Amino acid sequence: MLKRVSHVNVWVHDQDEALAFYTEKLGFEVREDVTLEEFEGFRWLTVGPAGQPEVSLILSVPGPPPLDPDVAQRLSGMLARGELSGAGAMIFNSDDVQATYEDLTDRGVEFIQEPMERPYGIDAAFRDPSGNSFRIMQPAP
Amino acid sequence: MPPVPSDRHLLRARDVIDVRYAEPLDLDALARAACVSRWHFVRSFHRAFGETPHQYLLTRRMERAAALLRTTDHSVARICAEVGLTSVGSFTSSFKRIHGCPPTAYRRAHPPATDLAPIPSCALMAWMRPRSRATSEKTGRATAGSVAAVR
Repeated sequence: MLKRVSHVNVWVHDQDEALAFYTEKLGFEVREDVTLEEFEGFRWLTVGPAGQPEVSLILSVPGPPPLDPDVAQRLSGMLARGELSGAGAMIFNSDDVQATYEDLTDRGVEFIQEPMERPYGIDAAFRDPSGNSFRIMQPAP
Repeated sequence: MPPVPSDRHLLRARDVIDVRYAEPLDLDALARAACVSRWHFVRSFHRAFGETPHQYLLTRRMERAAALLRTTDHSVARICAEVGLTSVGSFTSSFKRIHGCPPTAYRRAHPPATDLAPIPSCALMAWMRPRSRATSEKTGRATAGSVAAVR
């Protein structure tokens, strides 16, 4: 039986840029950052919210060897055009979306939707530097 | 660090449309957001997203107008202004062309059922935005001045 989600892949344009964004702007912690020179410099980079150590985001750059160069290029294009996120690559919960929105805006995060009241709560949306969109949700009490 | 893909800049301009559709956006401001010239912007945007900035702005405004018709009791004239348009006549004709019926008929036919489901608003915005096939106006093509024309 599958028990729980532990890792989720997030395609990014550049791992250093993503690492700075997720840690310095979103406040995530680095879980693993390992470069394997024997595997063509493959870098395993994971981050996650400090309050949820059991879930990590794998920050991966689309490219060879796992991906054919043409496929990687198409994937990078889709990423840059915001086509990989669907309704939101992930939805994060917050106790106070308005405060989180203001805090992240002050840190320079690009919001694509200001906090909005919905029947299920309050939500907002932002993008990472690569083009992924994420949502922040404050469930209705 | 590898160079930022040009499409990422274009996405930023499209995000500006999604967030600031109620403002009198013009091509210069959008081109600045995309870090390209005004002339290059329209071509690049169309290549990346399959429609012109003008078409995208208009369909976003029509999507927002439809949402306001479903979820508020605002008058058609007020909704016209709330989505960034100044001419109620143009608004009504664009709405009818894109949604297939006038705003008042649309309101009667669409009770706000979506408000009862826990669907994120961005998902609704993505799914409810009219497809560009129904957006062409008299010329059938958006030109460099088209965005200014729908202020």
